[in-house]
Amino acid sequence: MIQAISSDDLAPSTYAWHVRAENLAVRAGRRLAVAGVDLSFTTGVYGVLGPNGAGKTTLLRALATVRQPAAGRLDLLGAPMHERGGLPEVRRQLGYLPQTFGYYRWYTVREFVEYLAWLKAVPGQDLAAEVQRAIDLVGLSGHADHRLRTLSGGMVRRAGLAQAIVGDPALLVLDEPTAGLDPQSRAEIRELLSGLGRTNCVVMATHLVEDVADDSTEIVILDDGHLAFRGTPAQVAAAAAEAAPGNGSELERGYAVLLERSRLVTR
Amino acid sequence: MSTECVSARVLARYGSGQDLPPETVWVLEAHLERCPSCRQRLGGPAADPGVLALVESVRSAVEPRLGPGHGLWWGWRHRLRRGMARWSTPAALPWLATAVFVPLAAMTLDLTSAGISGEDGVPLVLLVAPVIPALAVAAAWNRWTDRAYELVSVTARAGLSLLLRRTLAALLVILPPLAGAGAVVGASPSLWLLPGLALTIAVLALGAVIGVGRATGVLAGVWILAVILPALVRVWPPVALEPGSAPVWAAVIVVGGGLLLRFRDGYQQNNLS
Repeated sequence: MIQAISSDDLAPSTYAWHVRAENLAVRAGRRLAVAGVDLSFTTGVYGVLGPNGAGKTTLLRALATVRQPAAGRLDLLGAPMHERGGLPEVRRQLGYLPQTFGYYRWYTVREFVEYLAWLKAVPGQDLAAEVQRAIDLVGLSGHADHRLRTLSGGMVRRAGLAQAIVGDPALLVLDEPTAGLDPQSRAEIRELLSGLGRTNCVVMATHLVEDVADDSTEIVILDDGHLAFRGTPAQVAAAAAEAAPGNGSELERGYAVLLERSRLVTR
Repeated sequence: MSTECVSARVLARYGSGQDLPPETVWVLEAHLERCPSCRQRLGGPAADPGVLALVESVRSAVEPRLGPGHGLWWGWRHRLRRGMARWSTPAALPWLATAVFVPLAAMTLDLTSAGISGEDGVPLVLLVAPVIPALAVAAAWNRWTDRAYELVSVTARAGLSLLLRRTLAALLVILPPLAGAGAVVGASPSLWLLPGLALTIAVLALGAVIGVGRATGVLAGVWILAVILPALVRVWPPVALEPGSAPVWAAVIVVGGGLLLRFRDGYQQNNLS
């Protein structure tokens, strides 16, 4: 089969990291919800873990250009967000799924994804095919022309995922992509994300350790707005050795140990 | 023993006629003569992954045009809705309908009670007309009325040009019924069009800083307190609507346009939420 390769595909990227943060601080309202966070993400799947209120959502909102950094540096796809540089160019390459998102209930899945694809400036001639591809990838092919209000919560979540991945963005920011999904769909979405992670940068926040697959590139643990841990899943699992053997997977126990350790240090 | 005696990759290359080393071809063909299951696989669609990818790409190109059997009516509806979504947010339609209703209600009041402000007074339509265009535009970029605002506000098209596109569409919808209502009660567009445009631009400029919804609330409130109420209770006549104040409105348009350009980043980077 002939593979059409455009000049865009061959153009070298002009940045070393998809996401680069130094001493990043972000506000949620007036409160500083994220402070002093250093990150460097390239292609791969990055899991952001942390207890409720740790600042995961606020951090992701900064990565999705919803919020501006309050202090520090944040470079997204080579553009300096702390100086408000190149917003439209970054957003062209950005897919964002918020924790909860509003949608038009009378829209069909296809209309919804197509509306956002147009807003994201996906080129007009491949718009319809690109929308179909995104819908197929999240497994909603059979519901493409159903109205959103007739879908279950899990399917709406998938529709949200479809609008995030439409246009194959270089940077995907997903806030709890698997919330409300059944175990089998969860596994499918995980597989989809790790496939996307081969060529794109996928940042995913979750409070479920099991959602962060073993094949994710790096795990970031946030606690109270600070970076508690950054490392590979293997390192997290290794930390489990310190824990009293109990129920739960190795990753879960390792996560608990690392969280506890960072709390002892800051105290 | 594995059920696959020949790897799918080799079979695919043989099936698609690609180069294989001659000795591999000999061994493969000798094997195929004796193995019915491999012959079956060679004939199946999965033998060539390229075929599968091609079928998939054709499907994703064709499927959106077909839809699940909804036919002409569905396609027409889909195109209409897509066209409308490019010129206005889907959330704005109920809002626009309400904005159209206001001048019609004012016109009805004017006709039934022979002018609330009396024989010599100005018609109610004229008093409310300058704020109607601003009201119609309020839903164009508004966190409170647009459910999908968080998704829409971080897209590449978010910004001044999308806002102006939606503003233009809203004005085209609202101005004809407004002009019609004005014509019925004798409120000429020459009196209200300039203040109306000036207020709209003022709302957009102020909206870049405090949000379009709040800006509309503020300016509509000021207009009601400073112009409509005093005219109704006859404290002072609506000076703002007299032809003499046209230069002031023109100045508002120029200054407001300048401020809108100056603060246009507010529509891209929205730290209000």
